[in-house]
Formats: sequence, structure tokens, C-alpha cells
Amino acid sequence: MSRLAVPKTYKLFINGAFPRSESGRTYEVMKADGGFLANVAKASRKDARDAIVAARGAVGGWGGATAYNRGQVLYRIAELLEGRRAQFVAAIEDAEGVSRAAASAQVDESIDRWVWYAGWTDKFAQVAGNANPVAGPYFNISVPEPTGVVAIIAPQDSSLVGIVSAMAPPLVAGNSVVVVASERYPLSAISLAEVLATSDVPKGVVNVLTGSPAEIAPWLASHSDVNAIDLVGAGDLDWIGLEIDAADTLKRVLRPESGADAAAPSLGRISAFTETKTVWHTKSLL
Amino acid sequence: MPAPTSAGTSLVTARERALAVLGGEPDDATLRRYLHGIAGVDAVGLEQRAAGLATRSIKTSSKMWALDKIISLIDLTTLEGADTPGKVRSLVAKAVNPDPTDATVPRVAAVCVYGDLVPDAVDALGGAHGDPDDGLISVAAVATAFPSGRSSLDIKLADTADAVAAGADEIDMVIDRGAFLAGRYGLVFDQIAAVKEACRRPDGTSASLKVILETGELVTYDNVRRASWLSILAGGDFIKTSTGKVQPAATLPVTLLMLEVVRDWHLMTGHRIGVKPAGGIRASKDAIRYLVTVAETAGEQWLQPHLFRFGASSLLNDVLLQRQKMTTGHYSGADYVTID
Amino acid sequence: MSFLEYAPAPESRAILSLRDTYGLFIDGEFVDGRGTPFQTISPASEEHIATIANANAADVDAAVAAARRAYDRTWSKMSGRDRGKYLFRIARLVQERSRELAVAESLDNGKPIKESRDVDVPLVAAWFFYYAGWADKLDYAGLGADPRSLGVAAQVIPWNFPLLMLAWKIAPALAAGNTVVLKPAETTPLTALIFAEIIQQADLPPGVVNIITGAGDTGATLVAHEGVDKVAFTGSTAVGRAIAKQIAGTDKKATLELGGKAANIVFDDAPIDQAIEGIVNGIFFNQGHVCCAGSRLLVQENIHDEVVERLKLRLSTLRLGDPLDKNTDIGAINSKEQLERIRMLSDVGVEEGAERWSVPCEIPENGFWYAPTIFTNVQTSSRIAREEIFGPVLSVLTFRTPAEAIAKANNTPYGLSAGIWTDKGSRILAVADKLRAGVVWANTFNRFDPSSPFGGYKESGYGREGGRHGLAAYLSPAPIGQAALSAGRGGAQRRLETKEATPTRRVTKRATKGSKK
Repeated sequence: MSRLAVPKTYKLFINGAFPRSESGRTYEVMKADGGFLANVAKASRKDARDAIVAARGAVGGWGGATAYNRGQVLYRIAELLEGRRAQFVAAIEDAEGVSRAAASAQVDESIDRWVWYAGWTDKFAQVAGNANPVAGPYFNISVPEPTGVVAIIAPQDSSLVGIVSAMAPPLVAGNSVVVVASERYPLSAISLAEVLATSDVPKGVVNVLTGSPAEIAPWLASHSDVNAIDLVGAGDLDWIGLEIDAADTLKRVLRPESGADAAAPSLGRISAFTETKTVWHTKSLL
Repeated sequence: MPAPTSAGTSLVTARERALAVLGGEPDDATLRRYLHGIAGVDAVGLEQRAAGLATRSIKTSSKMWALDKIISLIDLTTLEGADTPGKVRSLVAKAVNPDPTDATVPRVAAVCVYGDLVPDAVDALGGAHGDPDDGLISVAAVATAFPSGRSSLDIKLADTADAVAAGADEIDMVIDRGAFLAGRYGLVFDQIAAVKEACRRPDGTSASLKVILETGELVTYDNVRRASWLSILAGGDFIKTSTGKVQPAATLPVTLLMLEVVRDWHLMTGHRIGVKPAGGIRASKDAIRYLVTVAETAGEQWLQPHLFRFGASSLLNDVLLQRQKMTTGHYSGADYVTID
Repeated sequence: MSFLEYAPAPESRAILSLRDTYGLFIDGEFVDGRGTPFQTISPASEEHIATIANANAADVDAAVAAARRAYDRTWSKMSGRDRGKYLFRIARLVQERSRELAVAESLDNGKPIKESRDVDVPLVAAWFFYYAGWADKLDYAGLGADPRSLGVAAQVIPWNFPLLMLAWKIAPALAAGNTVVLKPAETTPLTALIFAEIIQQADLPPGVVNIITGAGDTGATLVAHEGVDKVAFTGSTAVGRAIAKQIAGTDKKATLELGGKAANIVFDDAPIDQAIEGIVNGIFFNQGHVCCAGSRLLVQENIHDEVVERLKLRLSTLRLGDPLDKNTDIGAINSKEQLERIRMLSDVGVEEGAERWSVPCEIPENGFWYAPTIFTNVQTSSRIAREEIFGPVLSVLTFRTPAEAIAKANNTPYGLSAGIWTDKGSRILAVADKLRAGVVWANTFNRFDPSSPFGGYKESGYGREGGRHGLAAYLSPAPIGQAALSAGRGGAQRRLETKEATPTRRVTKRATKGSKK
């Protein structure tokens, strides 16, 4: 007789903990072939609010950490994902109904993207910033700094590579994030959160919400304490409405992407969530 | 250091004031604590402020007033190794009657000479010798081993006392820049105070003491500010930028900085100290910028001979040329003003 | 007499040869507007200067169409080297006509001639010089090889630095290969129209720069026009917010330079005389009509009284009056509306319990004037500590520790600029790190340079103007595949190409990307 499996409970990831939705709601997630996979927490607006509070609290520490430190933390994520490679491959096969090869490739790509972004932490400021030769006795330098709290509607058509591609770049610069996972493929997002929880990512830096993006996104877009919103996976939502909501507090907005290059690794995705700060200082021998 | 003998002399008050301000004896440590506790100077901001003041546009009636004011604030100076009694007589004649074609031209405030030529200056001035407030001309003597200041204190004091005895109304002393830069603020203080004492006349009155900082050797604005405070604390009646023998001599930013110090000292004690930029001010246009800087920093009441002087020689003739232009309406030439 | 009452030293207006009426500058020509013309007046005297054409929707169409034609046929095809040469020409023409431009600016805007002459106009020339040199070096702008211009830029600028804001907008746009339709503010169109003459003198191809005058509705029509690819706006946060909403869901890129409520932080070890100058320059420069003005003075509590006393002494030497007098420090408020807003907010400050002190000075009979004013005993909750007054009004608050100073400085929805005054270098760098503001001036304030990026955090807008960053705001990276070596998306492309080597990776592409919409 085969052993009876122990199914996993999938919860939200807020401030380093795994709470159920305060609303008590869950929704069913199905396999590609239609079979039941799991009940997943269905986040409410209050969960979103809690996640933003957590993210705001984490900005100072994460943004203030050394770039070297952030790089090591992000690389550590890649290490841990590599160790749990088989788990993610199996989960993706189950959820997306793709071949083992395709699922493996998605996991590999996700790991490699963490590695790629980890390497940027202590370099992007050198590429995106510069000294400015002003016409006067001043030291003048422009540096990119984290925008703050970034809300993300993750790509909806993949389990892992989409959320990783959207989550990693804002973390490079020192932002904290609130990510709404793929509604259809949320399980790997929560498993990823488990990886993050056991890595060196400080609590609150990454918060993952599962549930209905259509329900949660407007609360994120209109929340005054969110500094930027990445609508990369919001193509099927009323994203224009979200952009209009976001304009109330002049949030930085990345519009939806689709196709093969959506959320592709780029320096632009890092710098989209940075603010250029220019510092002048007088300079004199006398 | 000789003890003060009679109450009410400015030296006694100066010393008491210094003790009160410093909260202790003016030794190296106390002075260091005090002078280094004064807010620093941002050079870029200071120079920008000076440049801003220099953009004031002084026209018509204001310019006419300014030109006469400049003349009345000049210490007409000759400080050459080749100075002779004849040269001094010529200088004095120019000081008394700057423009022989125009009797409305005011006299300069003082003539400034080496100490050994004081008798010649006094002699040449005759009845014109006296307080510039009375329309007369003072005699200023450089002293204390001018310009380097590198001699023993005894010699500096004798140098000073000789000049005063010969009739000098004002003594332009130099501070020991070496001692200042070495942090021996107590020594600099004591020397200034001793020279001040040496300025005293038998009748109890005292020659006015201008303390030359030689800002070109102090180099930084922070040093200039500290040296200014130090000189005032030690009893100087004026602080003066330069000997004229070291470049850079007077500059507008340095003068602005020293004016800020005398303004602050006045706010703190109610006591007014004079400022004398010297060396390098040759054009009326530049001198007007100094007037603007005085008026907008310390205040207009500083524009009088006991509180502001220009140490200059060629400036006077440029002012006269400008003055002639304003009175006649056409430009004048070098042959229409006299050399001294 | 008082020497400080300097005799009048007026700059001559003879250098100006203004027309009675100005048309719209479209496709290289001045044409009549179809809206109802309006007057531009001198805010210092309320006298009429000229009659200005008013662009309606049809005029906006015509201007955008001209810009599109010029973009398609000429400007986007021209070599960077030649675009640069045109910009150099413009820079030189601005220098040659600098006196005239300065007088016109002070006349129309009310700012002191010493500012238009020594700050605005020299910076205008510098801005064109700086960006002229970029035109043939776009590969080095940070977007990878062969970046693309965006197309037609709609640019709407404010009245506080009319010609300088024009330069901030037009110079980088043209260098990057875009064409522009620019709308100056309703109350200050004059120098933009003289600039149109400079464009003619430079023989710039028709339609590359179009200048249309009008009020807010003209600007809104322009921004909303579907023929526009890029929107650059400087002005209030309220209008910036409306623009952000208006362009939501479009492909338009935006640069928004909006309001501010900058903290100017003075520590007790500051170089005090320079700090006083910096405070004065921070809030009374250009009558306080500066989005980055240091309108909130945060002074360490232990030197509060001394700083306020020194400030009052210093302010008493400011000279308010005729903007064309070379000795004027404080000119006229730009408009009646603005004056009323300043008065209203000042009254609110008094009602809220703050203490008002204004420079005792004579106010001219005609025109719009407001004496430099300081409010002490201001609390962080006061409206005058939170709202942008955009006038010569300083709110003084106190702090006890560096952390408190930073917290108070950042406690605003704005984030444009900030100042720090202290002699301690390590503190300057640490405080600068923590301030949420796009420009931080340490031991100085209100300095601008074409090479130095300027722009805000949070509700002060987004995008940068000036420097390489300001150029990038008018460019997009080359499409993927056309510039595989570019730093951005090309990096991904390169990675994907490497992966083609193994069969599993090819599957990846299909599995994770090909399925996307």
C-alpha cells in the first residue's frame, strides 16, 4: 500500500510570516488537467494593507544595507532554489501541465535570473549614476536610490519565472515589494516565499499575496504608501484604471508586457524603480 | 605684560572684555577652545556673497557720494625702502589737497608711513595734522618689524613707542603669523596687548591700533576669522587685511569676512571695531564695491574714518579721475591729476 | 543721505524691439491663432506689453502636424552631428541676444534683472551648449547602442523661469532627435516668442520647434493630442497628476517636474554666515517662485533664535522694487492670482498661530508685490509647513537631532530638493543619503547646471532634466535584436541567444515565453 501523502497548506507571505488571509477566504487551484491541486489563501484588501505596512517597515534596512550584502542575499536565493529544484520542477509540471524538460527549463531560468540580478546590486549604481562636471566649485554626483515600496502584479502565465523576473529587479536597488502572484499558478510563488523565508531576505522585504489580482490591484494602485507599481502581469485587468489610480500620488508605473520578452532581464527594470538623487557640495581649499 | 595702570583706558576694558568673553586667561588652550568654537566659513558661499555684492550698480548721486567717501577713508600710503623726507612731504601735500583744481575734494583720512618718517609727516602736515573727524589728517605708522614681524617683542614695542612719541596717531602693527599658524594664540594675544600698551602716551591717551593679519599668509578663511577675533579680543581698534607686501593682499571676500566679525562683535558687546583692507585696491569701481560691502554687512555707520579705511596709494588718483568725469561730464586723463 | 538708498540704476529697455502682437510659431512661421488673443502685462506695473495669439484645438492640430512632418521628413533623418550644429547655433544666438532676452524676461515675469541677466539667460545658453554636444553621442546616453528618439514632444512650461524652462525642455528633446510643440505659460510668453525669432535666425528646419501660446486649456489639448509621443511638463502637482491620468493607457512617456516643499536643514555647527545667505537664496531667489525653493527652514533648536535674528538683519538689506533696476533683489509677484494665493496662505499661517515677520519695505503702488516674510513658531502640522506657497514666505521649524531633522524633512508628499548646512562632512553625506529628495544641496542652495540632473521623488514628479538622465528621458532603447550589445533588453537577448545552444533551453522559451499574449 502506498503511503498517504501529506498535502501542504498554502498561505500568504507577509512580513516574514505565513498568515492565512484575514478574511478566512481560500480558492481552489486546479491542475492543468482540471484536477484539484490545493486550496490557496485568497488575500483581501486588508492583507494587502498589512503587506504594504510590512514592506514600508523593511525599506530602510534593505535599502540601507550595503550593495555587497544585498548581492549575497539575492545570490543565496538562487542557491536555495537550486537545492529545491526538483520540488519546483514537479510543481510546475503539475500546475502548468508542461513536460519535465519545460518545467526544468523554467526553474533553471528562474535561478539564473536571480544570479544575474544578484550580480547587479553593486554595479548598477556605477552604470546608472555618474559624476556631473558642473561649471562651478562643487562636487556633484548623481546616484540611483530605491523608490521605496513597489507593488507588483506578477505575470499571470507562469508559475515561477514570471514572478522571479518581476520581483528581483526592484530588490536589486533596495526596494521592498508586495507581489500579487499568478492567480492560476500561485503554488510555486508560495513555495518561493518559503525559500525566501529561509534565506537571508529580511522580513517584510518581500511579501507575496495570492488571490484575485482584479480584486487586490486597485487597493495597491490607490494606496498612498506605495511608491511604484509594476503592472507587468496586469494585461487582463483594467490596467488603465490602475494607472489612473496610481497617478493620484504620482506613482511610478510600469505598463503591462506580453510576449516572449515580457519582464525579460534588463537594467531598465532595475532603474525603473530607482530615483536619481543629485548631491551638490561646495569645494574649496580656502 | 605690564599691568594696566589707570581705569578707563581702552586696554583695561579690552582685557576685561576678553576675560569675560573667553571665560579665562587668554592662554593658548583657552584661546584655542574659543577660536575653534566659532562657526566655520564655507569659502564658496563667502566668495559668492562677495561676488553678489560686487554686482551692485552705484550710479549718479550715489556714485558722487561714494567717491568723496572713498577719499575721506583713504590712508594714503608710502611704504618703500626708498622713502625719503621729500617723498613724505609730497605725499602729505597730496593728502591735504588731493585735487588742486577742485577745492571741494575732501582730504584723505591719514597718511601712512614707516615709523622713522613720522616726524617728517607730522612736520609736513603742520596745522592739518589731527583727527579726520575734524577734517584733519592723522599720521599712521607701520610698526612691530613691519612687514614680516620677525623680531623680538622688545624691538616691536620700542618700534611702536618711538612712532607714538614722534606723533603717530595710529599704529599699524603686524601679528606674528608664524606663532598664529603654530597655534600659539596666547603669544599672539600677548603681543597685541603689549603693543597696545606701547601705544599709550604720557597723557594717558592712546594711539589707535590697527592689527594687520596678513591674510595672504594665513591663507584660509577660517584662519582669517580666528585671527580677527583674536586681534579684537587682544585690544585692537582696527583689523587690517594686509601689509601690501604679500599677495593676495586685500580681497573683497576677506574684507567681507572681517566685516562679519566686527558686526558680530558689535552685536555681542556693543563695541565697534574698524576694518582696513589694504593692498591691491586701485580702481574706484573696486573701492565702491567695498563701500557696498561695508554698508550691507556691518552697516552704514561703519562708513567713517574711525571704523573703515582703505590702505592705498594709487586708488586716490583713480577716484579723482572718476570725480572729474562726474563733474565735467567727460573723461579725464592721467596728466590731469597729480602724482605724489 | 543714506548710501544704502542706492540711486536708481535701471537697465535700458531700448534694447528691446517688441512687436505689438505675436502670433503662434508653427512650421517656422508666425501665424494667427484661432482663439481669442490675450494680453501679456508687466507684473511690476500692470502695463500692457503685447497682444498674444491664443491657440485653439485646430491650432494645436496644426502645430502637432507640423512637428510630425518635421520629425518624419527631416529631423529624425538628420545626422546627430548636424542636429548638434543647429543646437550650437542656437546657443550662440542666445548669448548674442542675452541682454535683450534678460530685459524681456524681467519685464514679462517681474524677476530682478540681476537674476535674469546672471542666472536665467546664461543657463539657457549653457543648456543648449551642453545638449548640442550630446546630439551625435547618443550611443553613450546609457540606453545601449543606437537608441531611438520618441517622436513629437509636447512640452508645457511654467511662468517662474520662462526661458530657462524652455531650454530645459527643447535642448534635450532636439538633441535626442525629437521635434517639439512647446506651450509657454499664459502670463510669460514673451521670451519664448523672441526665442522663436532665434529659431528663425538659426535657420532650423520648419516644424522642428513649434511654440503655441494660450492658457491651461491649450496645454491640456496639446498633452492629450494623439499625435504626441512624449509629454514633458513643469508646473503644479495638481496639473501633473491630471496629466498622468490623462496619458494613462497610452504609449506616451512623461517627465513631470512638479511642486516641492524643500527642507533647508541648518545644524548648529553650520558655517553660519553662508547658511544665512543660503536660506535667503533658498527662499527669496526669484520671489520664492521656485519649485525647489527651501521653503521649510529646519533649524537646530539651540541656534534657532540666533539664526532668526541674523536672518531678519540680512533680509532688511534686501531691496524690493523695479525688476529692471540692477540693484533690485526682490521683484514682482508674477500675477494677481499668485499674489492672492500667497496672501491667503500667509493669513492661514497667522490663524494657525505662527508668528509673521515681514521686511519693512516700501511696496510700489502698481503691480503685484509681497514683502519677504518669515514665519516662526510653525508646527509640522501647519498648512504653511506642508503646502507649496510659491512665494517669498519662509516657514521656520526646529529639530533637536539629525534623525529628527531627517524625519521632518521627509515628512511631506513632495520630494524635490533639500539643503544641509553643517561643517561636518560625514554628517552631510549621511543626511544626504537619507533625504528623500532628488536634489540635495550641501552648504549651498538653488544651484543649477545643465550637466546636473534635476527632478523629484514622490509627488514632486518623475523623470530627470539635465545631464545624461535628462537626455535619456527623450530616448528609448533600440528594439531587441537590433542592438544586441545594449545594456538593457539586449542583455536579455544575449542571454537568450546563448541558450539556443541547448535543446532544453529552447523548450524554456516556448514554455515560459511563447505562451504569453
